[in-house]
Amino acid sequence: MSNVRVLVGTRKGAFILSADGKREKWDVSGPHFAGWEMYHLKGSAVDPNRIYASQTSGWFGQIIQRSDDGGKTWHQPGTPPGEPTTTPDGTPKGESNKFAYDAAAKPLTTHQWYDGTQHPWEFKRVWHLEPSLTDGDTVYAGVEDAAIFRSTDGGQNWKELSGLRGHGTGPNWQPGAGGMCLHTIILDPSNPKRIWIAISAAGAFRTDDGGETWKPINRGLKSQYIPDPNAEVGHCVHHVAMNPSRPGVLFMQKHWDVMRSDDAGDNWREVSGNLPTDFGFVIDVHAHEPETIYVLPIKSDSEHFVHEGKLRVFRSKTGGNEWEALTKGLPQKDCYVNVLRDAMAVDTLEKCGVYFGTTGGQVYCSNDAGDSWNAIVRDLPAVLSVEVQTLA
Amino acid sequence: MIRVALPFHLRNLAHVDSEVTLEVAAPITQRAVLDALESCYPMLRGAIRDHDTKQRRPFLRFFACEEDLSHESPDAPLPADVASGREPFMVIGAIAGG
Repeated sequence: MSNVRVLVGTRKGAFILSADGKREKWDVSGPHFAGWEMYHLKGSAVDPNRIYASQTSGWFGQIIQRSDDGGKTWHQPGTPPGEPTTTPDGTPKGESNKFAYDAAAKPLTTHQWYDGTQHPWEFKRVWHLEPSLTDGDTVYAGVEDAAIFRSTDGGQNWKELSGLRGHGTGPNWQPGAGGMCLHTIILDPSNPKRIWIAISAAGAFRTDDGGETWKPINRGLKSQYIPDPNAEVGHCVHHVAMNPSRPGVLFMQKHWDVMRSDDAGDNWREVSGNLPTDFGFVIDVHAHEPETIYVLPIKSDSEHFVHEGKLRVFRSKTGGNEWEALTKGLPQKDCYVNVLRDAMAVDTLEKCGVYFGTTGGQVYCSNDAGDSWNAIVRDLPAVLSVEVQTLA
Repeated sequence: MIRVALPFHLRNLAHVDSEVTLEVAAPITQRAVLDALESCYPMLRGAIRDHDTKQRRPFLRFFACEEDLSHESPDAPLPADVASGREPFMVIGAIAGG
């Protein structure tokens, strides 16, 4: 029977939740890296025992951790203690926490600051790690201030794909309330040269040549909080999701509005339909039904908690516009949690499992595609991210 | 030998339980001690000082002999008691946040 392993990043450590395919009885491991902000953990599709993790701290900065045994043990993939830190010619060896912006590319020096002035790019943290679909040693990192990096040696060394910042609109990007973060990376299983990314608050972008060149893909997005609501960039995209069996059909939870694109992001249309509020952070797609999507509406951008005190996942089986509330097993009164943008995931078991984590520390699982829910854990630190691995 | 006291999270990163001791060539300065520390424990690179500028991270302080040396020049000699190993050079995490 298959198993599932849920990787949970929280404000104060990482947790690994494991169960068999019934997804009823859970083992909880953690906290790993207790006291650190664990922005994201994700396993490799090539080698599920290889898991990459982003560990950050306001005091000590960014650390990259890697496990090669399914999360039992971890190490920083840079130079081990006692080994020379430089090669014979003096070049530093792997420093897995070094994210140096490519200073040679132009025009990359500044972006727009909150007051409208230009501000230099400053590395703060890794928000998202996306392992390659074909090579266990290759992994992408989405960082704040927004940029994408790639490692081809298992996380030891990182190199910026500077064509993203350098394509021309960078000076018009600006931070949202949570910072200027590149939080979404989607790899196309049918085309290894194609990658989608999203940035708050710049928008969505796509490369069709493996990261050399990028273009904004925001046509159809409307954002009343920017001077030109239809601008090419400046949109606060919160998350984008895609079913791997149907590359190019994308679903987006924007700051306000749920959107879809059927042409790889070239054009978007709103599918918020009958949602009680179309503000939110997470969005995901059923593993086997590519027109079935999930969102979790949040009341507003000033309140950042669920609507009417009810924790409700909304599901559309029509690719948007027609939504039904999924409430069985979820609190329906006095609930005021948020669900952050990387904190929802789906497994690939026959009965698709759906998972999400809250800022109140609960991680919920549905083993029947959302019809009913159970809390796996209730009292973790605030959840930042949830990923799930389906294991043979 | 130079003694260096690290805060809890940096001890975890370096996989050490207590103070670390380092061979450091004279003159004994902040820069010399931190260079030696990062050479022996490369996982600490970037966690105390910026990789490139070598600036101290904002929420860390350097104490020794009951003095705050955080704003001293990184090339100024450290107190004689640190150089002799009688007192540790202390890396302190600022008390802030939750």
